Formats: sequence, structure tokens, C-alpha cells
Amino acid sequence: MLEIKNLHASVAGKPILKGIDLSIGPGEVHAIMGPNGSGKSTLSYVLAGRDGYDVTDGSVSYDGLDLLTMEPEERAASGVFLAFQYPVEIPGVSNMTFLKAALNAVRKHRGDKELDAMEFLKLIRAKTRLLNMTDEMLKRAVNVGFSGGEKKRNEVLQMAVLDPKLAVLDETDSGLDIDALKVVAEGVNALRGPERSALVITHYQRLLDYIVPDFVHVLAHGRIQRSGGKELALELEAKGYAEFGVDEAA
Amino acid sequence: MAATIDTVEKVREVTEQKYKYGFVTDIEADTAPKGLDESTIRFISAKKDEPAWLLEWRLKAYRHWLTMEEPEWAKVAYPAIDFQDSYYYSAPKLKAGPKNLNEVDPELLRTYEKLGIPIKEQELLAGVEPTMAVDAVFDSVSVATTFKAKLEEKGVIFCPISEAVQKHPDLVRQYLGSVVPYSDNFYATLNSAVFTDGSFVYVPKGVRCPMELSTYFRINASKTGQFERTLIIADAGSYVSYLEGCTAPQRDENQLHAAVVELVTHDDAQIKYSTVQNWYPGDEEGRGGIFNFVTKRGACRGANSKISWTQVETGSAITWKYPSCILQGDNSVGEFYSVAIANNCQQADTGTKMIHIGRNTRSTIVSKGISAGRAQNTYRGLVKVLPKAENARNHTQCDSLLIGDRCGAHTVPYIESRNRSARVEHEATTAKISEDQLFYCRQRGLSQEDAVSLIVNGFCKEVLKELPMEFAVEAQKLVGISLEGSVG
Repeated sequence: MLEIKNLHASVAGKPILKGIDLSIGPGEVHAIMGPNGSGKSTLSYVLAGRDGYDVTDGSVSYDGLDLLTMEPEERAASGVFLAFQYPVEIPGVSNMTFLKAALNAVRKHRGDKELDAMEFLKLIRAKTRLLNMTDEMLKRAVNVGFSGGEKKRNEVLQMAVLDPKLAVLDETDSGLDIDALKVVAEGVNALRGPERSALVITHYQRLLDYIVPDFVHVLAHGRIQRSGGKELALELEAKGYAEFGVDEAA
Repeated sequence: MAATIDTVEKVREVTEQKYKYGFVTDIEADTAPKGLDESTIRFISAKKDEPAWLLEWRLKAYRHWLTMEEPEWAKVAYPAIDFQDSYYYSAPKLKAGPKNLNEVDPELLRTYEKLGIPIKEQELLAGVEPTMAVDAVFDSVSVATTFKAKLEEKGVIFCPISEAVQKHPDLVRQYLGSVVPYSDNFYATLNSAVFTDGSFVYVPKGVRCPMELSTYFRINASKTGQFERTLIIADAGSYVSYLEGCTAPQRDENQLHAAVVELVTHDDAQIKYSTVQNWYPGDEEGRGGIFNFVTKRGACRGANSKISWTQVETGSAITWKYPSCILQGDNSVGEFYSVAIANNCQQADTGTKMIHIGRNTRSTIVSKGISAGRAQNTYRGLVKVLPKAENARNHTQCDSLLIGDRCGAHTVPYIESRNRSARVEHEATTAKISEDQLFYCRQRGLSQEDAVSLIVNGFCKEVLKELPMEFAVEAQKLVGISLEGSVG
């Protein structure tokens, strides 16, 4: 359902991605591991369509669509979701308002009826129950004053509400202690299904203990250097990224 | 490259269609000869069949005005106004004047329907109470006022000020000019000379006004100024919530709107005054639009009284207004909640004055200024504590939000304290809508326009929540519409 071919991308004229090939099937969970500066976050922003991330070559086909020609909101509406490494604060806008606006924008785009306040409340209650969350978070302004763990749980909640076909999780484990990590991973696992694919981007193997991937890829120097099953993550944990010409100690 | 052109095109489309109140009603009007001299004032006064004292008051104002100069201290720039190149009175021609709502010209009713203003007393289901009464002012005259009878049951007077002059001359004479004297400032003095209509409200002792009162101002005629005058008196222990809305047709010329609003609260009384100002702002190049030069002031005369101003200013080419509170009564409270949005070439210079005279007087100022396009937005405020205002308190919060890199935000707070026990606080912030916020919203499926609207509404939330519920939703939408096309 996602087909990345020979993807090259630059930021401010500097080439970061230098020919990525990756194919993700429906319901598959792929992990991308790599050292700092390897282009992991760039890949997630290119997929989501952020300004300033210029694709210089290659193609991305998503669900039969030419993803790279679409606006960020069109990608979101067609089911691409990015869980941010650093979720953004929006003062004065309650989580509830934000989620309702986002969901209705997406539903409108998909040709579904927009939900009224009651219908939305029902839906959100079901989702918070599914993720073992309290309603309290819904009343607070989007990510304002949230702890690191709360921010990431909020990303998972948004994902649950928007019901994407492809979820890109950008370093969801960064800044989380082990308990918070478990809670977030449980949330992600609760949303796994045959129709939902995921691309889990992480520096550490730790997250993959909880979100077990079907495939693991190593990204370094802007290219996928090696691919394998979940055991590849364990190998990397043991050996580091040295074999890919990266000295992490530096 | 193509994408850039697309964006520019799209912004243009959006900007051109954004002011949906820009139509003109074709209606025969009764107009004073162009220009301004004493005969114009006599004409207006005669049209309204005014008593001699009021004509004298107008003439006194006019003669004083001739000695005054236009104020130049505000941070706004505009070509000199030719006061002789304007009409000072324009009224839709009425066949003998409507006695009741059924006799109002259908063309006018259609106009207000198009504007979304209910000036019919809809058949109400048994047991359902109306929540709002409306006075509709079209150019220089009030054309209809709803639920007058219903309000009279409670002793509340809500009528055009021209009618109040006839029916309640003592009240008008006692209060008119008592908060904003005829000699107050250039535009207020001009208004005193030529004011045409506006609303009059009197709430008797101990009465809580049973519904929202609302005046809807519409400028229709070309080359015509609107000079309305509103006077609201809340007698001891009473309460009233009043809202005004304003729109005007889209024209290439600038039109002057110089209004005066006076509020008076006696002991334990409270007035909540809300404004949603959406005069035509001019086009994206700054052609046309209303010059909104307005004097609004409330006097908390009684102990424990309160005046609260809430304004959402999205329209007008230039806004120059400072709704103020004179806190005379001990323990009286003044509030000012403001959202001012300036997009394209709009200029806004707005704020408040809180004058603490009585003991334990308190004031709160929350100002949210949003600038986009090439607009300039200035908060200008004065907090003044006089020597007898023991324990006076003020808190001012002044936030600016910038969209794009060609606009400006300015904050000019004046603080004068002459009492050592007073505490005056001023906080100010300036922020930009960040690329991160926009991208985050768009990644969740919101369009760029919706994202801006959502972020700005969040920024203004503290103020918008002060509006009466019925108008909060409208105001939220208006905030979004006013900023359409502001992010390319």
C-alpha cells in the first residue's frame, strides 16, 4: 500500500535522503532504525508533506495515489498520520475542539457526514476507553503543559480518532521513561489491524520490545543499508551502527 | 513557480469574496444637502422634530467643533477628510413612518434578513421567552425595534434615541453628554452636532433586563457618514447586556462613522456592552473601507457598580476607539476585553482608559491584537489612579499575534498612579503563528485557512468567552473569515 522508490530529498539544498526504496503492505509494521542524522525524521516529514523538505528524485505511491503531489491535509485525509517526535502546543484550543475539527475535516474529505457534538463525544469516549485514558486530557489545551508522556499519549489518541491507514511514528519513544513507553506502546498495539500499516521510526531497539515489527530496516547516510526481520533490531542493539560507518561515540 | 501563482490566485479569490455584507440596498432616501454648516444641523433637528434645547446643544457643539483640530496622535495614516464632501443625513423614505413591524418597508426587512438579523417578532411557542430584542439603524434612522412592548412590562425602555427625545425628554436631557461632553474630542464633538439616531436604553431600579438588547447598524447610502449616539442608563441594582453589530456595503470611497456611546451605572448596577464590529474593511490594496472613529465611555457612578466592554473588531479600514470606564463609585469595577484583527491594509489603534477615582476600584484589561498582511495594529491604553482611589487594582494583559512578516504590532500603555496603595500590573507578549503549528494542524487534516482560524481563535479565547453565547459562535467564524488569505 506504500511504495517508495529511489526517493531523494534535500533540506535547504543539502541532500539528506539519497535513494530510499521501501515497500509496505497492508497491515504490516515496519521499523526504521538509524543513528542521529541518518535522515529518519526527514523521511517522516517528506511522507507527510512538510514545506522545506524538497523531493529531488524518486516517487512515493500510496494506496494507488501519487503521494508527493498532494497537500499535507489531503494526505492526512486519505489516511496518512504522523505521530510527531515533538508534538506542537496550540494555546487556547482544547484537545476536544482540535480533535473534532480535525476529524470532521477528514470525514468531509472522505465524503462522510460530519459528526455533531453528541456523536463526537460518544466516539471519543470509546477511544479513550480503548486506550485507557481519562477524559481530563480532552479539556486541556492541545499539548500545553503536557508532560512528555502525555504528549505522546495524546498523539496516539489522535491517531485512534482519525483512524489512519498508514501511521508514521517518529521517535515516539524519545523522552519517555519505561512506564510511559509501555503505555504508549499498548495504545499503538491496540490500534494494530489488518487494514492499518505502520512505519515506526526509532533510534533504540527498546521500543521494538513493545511494538514488535514485521520488518526492520537500517537507515544510514540517507539510504536503507540493510533489511531483515525483528531479530535485526536485537543485533543492532548489541553491535551499534558501527558496521554502517557510523561512530556513535563521536 | 506555478504553485506560487496558484497561491496568489487563491488568496485573491478568497479575499474578494470574503466580505459577504458588501451589497447595497436600492431604496429611495430622504437626504440632507451635501456638506456641513448650521443649516445642516437645523435640517437634522427639524427632521427629528427636536425640542429647542437639543438644537441649541447641537449648535454649541458645532461652533466648538469649528475651533478644534483633528487628532493626530494615533498610529494611523489616511488622507485628509473633506467634511464638506459628505452627507450628514440619509433616511429611507417611509410612507408616514411605520407604526408597527408589519409596516416596515419589505426591502429593508429583506436587507436585514440577508444580514442574518431577526427584526421580526417571530411567533413564539407558548412558554418560550424571546432571548433578544433588536433595534435596527439604517443610515441615519432607526427603522425597527422589536419586543418593545415585552420590555415595557418590566419598565425597560429600549427605543431609538430620537424617540426617547420625544417620549422621555427628562431622562435624555439629564444624561446626554454627561459622560462624553459635547466638547470632548474632535469626533465626539462632531457627533454631538450631527448625530442622527442610535439606541436609548433605561433599565429601572432593581430590574434585570429579561433579554439581550441589540442594535444593528447598517450604512447603506454612498458618501454618507453615520453618526449614531447610544445612551444606556442602568439604575440602582439593575442589569443589562447589550450588543451592537455593524456592516456596510463595499465601496471604493472611505466613509466616516463617528459614533458616541455613553453608559451610566448607578449603585450595584451592571452593564455588559459587547461589540462585533464588521464594517467594510476596504479591499486588499486598501481602497475604500470605513473610518471608524468612535468615542465610547462608561461612568460607574454608583458604589459596587460594574461596566464591562467586550469588543471584537474585525472590520473598518481604520479603527480609532478606546471604550473607557470612569470608576467613580467605591468598589466599582471596569472591564475591557478586546480582540482587534487587522488584515491587508487595515489600521487599528484601539484600547481603553480606566480612570480610578473611588476606593477599592478594580479594572481588568485583556487585549488581543492580531495583525496580518500589511496591517498595523496598536494597543493604546491608559490606567490612571487618582489620589483618593485607595487600594485601586488594575491588571492588564496585552497580547499580540503576527501573521506573516509585513505587518506590525505596537503596544502603548500609559500608567499614572497617584495613590501609593494602588497596584497596577501590565503584562505583554508578542508571538507569531509558527510553521510548526500550521503543519501540525494540516497533518491532522485541517486546511491552512482552518488552521489559522483555529489557532487565532485559541489565542482570542479569553475574550471570546466574554461574549453572549448567541454571538460567540458568530464571532469565532468572523475571526476566521477576517484572516482568510493571510497565509499564502
